[in-house]
Amino acid sequence: METVRKYLQFFVAIITNAYTLFPWTKNIYQGPLKTLCSPGLNCYSCPASTTYCPIGAIQQLLLGIRFSIETGSYYIGSYVFGSIGIIGALTGRITCGWLCPFGLLQELLYKIPSGKKRIIPNQLKYIKYFVLVLFVIAFPLILTDEWGMGKPWFCKFLCPAGTLEAGIPLIILQPDLRGTLGYLFYNKLFWMIVFLLWSTISSRPFCKTTCPLGAFYGLFNKRSIFQLHLHESNCTDCGACLHVCPMNIQFNRNVNSSECIYCLRCMTVACKFNAISIQCAGVPLTRILKKV
Amino acid sequence: MNIKKKPMVAKFIPLTFFVILFITGIALNEPQRVLEQAWQICLDCMGIG
Repeated sequence: METVRKYLQFFVAIITNAYTLFPWTKNIYQGPLKTLCSPGLNCYSCPASTTYCPIGAIQQLLLGIRFSIETGSYYIGSYVFGSIGIIGALTGRITCGWLCPFGLLQELLYKIPSGKKRIIPNQLKYIKYFVLVLFVIAFPLILTDEWGMGKPWFCKFLCPAGTLEAGIPLIILQPDLRGTLGYLFYNKLFWMIVFLLWSTISSRPFCKTTCPLGAFYGLFNKRSIFQLHLHESNCTDCGACLHVCPMNIQFNRNVNSSECIYCLRCMTVACKFNAISIQCAGVPLTRILKKV
Repeated sequence: MNIKKKPMVAKFIPLTFFVILFITGIALNEPQRVLEQAWQICLDCMGIG
């Protein structure tokens, strides 16, 4: 199962970054596929990116909403909110565990031999909700310039995926941009280095503490169509699920936690008592998945 | 294996809501707007500056 998940992560990372002509065009992909939503965090200013980033698109929508209304084009963002809402309502944070390129990168970095520090203080998980509410929604909407335009605060000041996939590749492709580098770039470079180094010693630190997309998808974990189910009569509270969990959750004590990324290690690797099963709209899928 | 049957209808309410939003967005030609935003994104907005 873990191999299947890894292959799927690589596959999605490749198809959402499949524009291989960028070394010659020296620009980002601008074709029609960019109307499709990337399920995971994948910067749409990445030269290879074929899809749009939902977090970037939401900020772009909110920062220009006054201008949009003034010009009589009432874009309410229903397409973008509908897209990520469908993903969230169907899968919850399965997307984080199976489809996110930045999640894959963090998992690969965690494989580098180093002094591992698995536990990230629990309180830090709330940061991502502040990032979602303030940096993605409130600040772009409220803090505007003299022309009534806001800024994409998360993309501009924080997103490490943006620096890695867009900022650095673009300054390599377009040397003229190097003269413009200043505080903005070095601030984001700092955050990127922090999260990449942190990923070598802790499992998925960005997902746990800061990712606004994970925060949004996590809201659906207890209501999504795909869900894990605990068979309490089979559970011995042995804690084996906690030891294999990349998000440090003891499943039986926090069923379908908003932090769970549904990697399914608890079900397929840890639990020897068939206490955990996965269901789609109430229909058990465990037997099918255990054969994979 | 005794799985309690919870009402599944409740799980489909958010999904239905977002599908309606999605279809509304397509009807309002919002995908074109998303595409234009992707073309016009400024360097400043992606942290180059």
